[in-house]
Amino acid sequence: MNTPSLEISGLAFAYPDGNQALYGVNLTVGKGERVALLGPNGAGKTTLVMHLNGIHGAQRGEVKIAGTRLDATDKAILKRIRAQVGIVFQDPDDQLFMPTVREDIAFGPYNMGFRGVELDAIVDGALAQVGMSEFADRAPHHLSFGQRRRVAVAGVLAMKPEILVLDEPSSNLDPASRRELATILKSLDVTILMVTHDLPYALELCNRAVVLSGGLIAEDSSTRALLSDEKKLAQYRLELPAGFTVSA
Amino acid sequence: MRESGEAAHGHHHGHEVGERLYIHRHSPIHNLPPHYKILSLLTFLVICVATPITRYWAFIGFFAVISTLLILARLPFFTIAKRATIEIPFLVFAILMPFFSSGERFEIAGIDISRPGALAALSIIAKGTLGVLTAILLSGSTPAREILRGFELLKMPSLLVQIMTFMLRYMNVITDEMERMRVARISRGFEERGIRDWKFIAGTAGALFVRSYERGERVHTSMIARGYEGELPKTEAPVITRLNSLIAILIPSTAIFITYLSGALV
Repeated sequence: MNTPSLEISGLAFAYPDGNQALYGVNLTVGKGERVALLGPNGAGKTTLVMHLNGIHGAQRGEVKIAGTRLDATDKAILKRIRAQVGIVFQDPDDQLFMPTVREDIAFGPYNMGFRGVELDAIVDGALAQVGMSEFADRAPHHLSFGQRRRVAVAGVLAMKPEILVLDEPSSNLDPASRRELATILKSLDVTILMVTHDLPYALELCNRAVVLSGGLIAEDSSTRALLSDEKKLAQYRLELPAGFTVSA
Repeated sequence: MRESGEAAHGHHHGHEVGERLYIHRHSPIHNLPPHYKILSLLTFLVICVATPITRYWAFIGFFAVISTLLILARLPFFTIAKRATIEIPFLVFAILMPFFSSGERFEIAGIDISRPGALAALSIIAKGTLGVLTAILLSGSTPAREILRGFELLKMPSLLVQIMTFMLRYMNVITDEMERMRVARISRGFEERGIRDWKFIAGTAGALFVRSYERGERVHTSMIARGYEGELPKTEAPVITRLNSLIAILIPSTAIFITYLSGALV
């Protein structure tokens, strides 16, 4: 059996102000799986994401990426893991910090040590994957929100990650951009962990859903089974859009 | 592919804050690599400023040089004139100097004028205008991104170049945010009537500062997530042709020659 892309066991974390965000999270995501991470605001989703590439170090428990234990104090491991875990943040303006699309996408692979022709090929490949090739020399400011999010995804794909972590990928997108992004995500041959409030989107893209509630993984089942269980949805403050029902 | 893409989207230069000074043309001045251009024009300017104003002929020569360069760069005259108006406040100050300075005096048409004041005024006007025209030439013929690349190639400390790069990128984002806050203020019936309303504007400014600070932290997090270790990617040095070098050397050497010649003439 393949090594899972992500293994989290007993992960606990409290902020310096004493606010405990995670109480012992256990989660395994197999290679190539697409998993939705659901949960109400304040459940600790963002805190969990920050643990996946060592921006927060584990206080208790551990995180393994493709079998390697993440040690936030070991720079060499951290560097490798940051290349393996591609995080797409919620606001593309936070992520696209270079003056042009091309330079931005080159940022990650450059830090990994790629240069010259090889770097250009990686950038062109990533742009093609998200259908943004013709915008390579534009400034991010000239792009629509949906295009900026796609470029943000490309910037992470350029690092050839083991696992792609998306924080609210469908937020602020118009329906067409939302669908375009879904098509792109489905076409990628990569493990995906998707943090979202958009339940239909989770259903469309992910077979499996986990619910983070009160700093623990409270549910782990097929997305369809979870979304068709009204009791559970109410328990975790999850809601489908009005008029939208899922049958088991 | 690149060609048609460019044509389809037109020349999108001049739409955003960071790039609004750049005027797209094909000229030998535009083609100069940015670090050569910066160094060449800066040296030219230092020579102009170091030349005493009493060498009047030299200044006629300097103006001839910068005018030639502006024509070579094919920057529209009207735009140059409009941008040069930034100098007006300094001119007003300079024009007053001959009347209020002390020292040796003389009369023109019955008006009492100070000689050192008049010379100082002339010096400010001539050198100031040369400076402004040179800046217009540089900013009009070089995209902001390229100017930063020039600084990088001239070995300016990396941290400063990074700060300016982020400024270029986020100026638009923050301007947009400011505009949204202004609209939100107006939408709730705000009218600026006087000094008493400034506290609301100060509040907006404070909120904007906090937001920008927080954004800075998020940007930093996302940089770290993609392997940032203190350096932005180095850009490759542009290919330099013999013509580039020739032009870059010619500009300051002409200025030196003019200065020398003006001394020989006097």
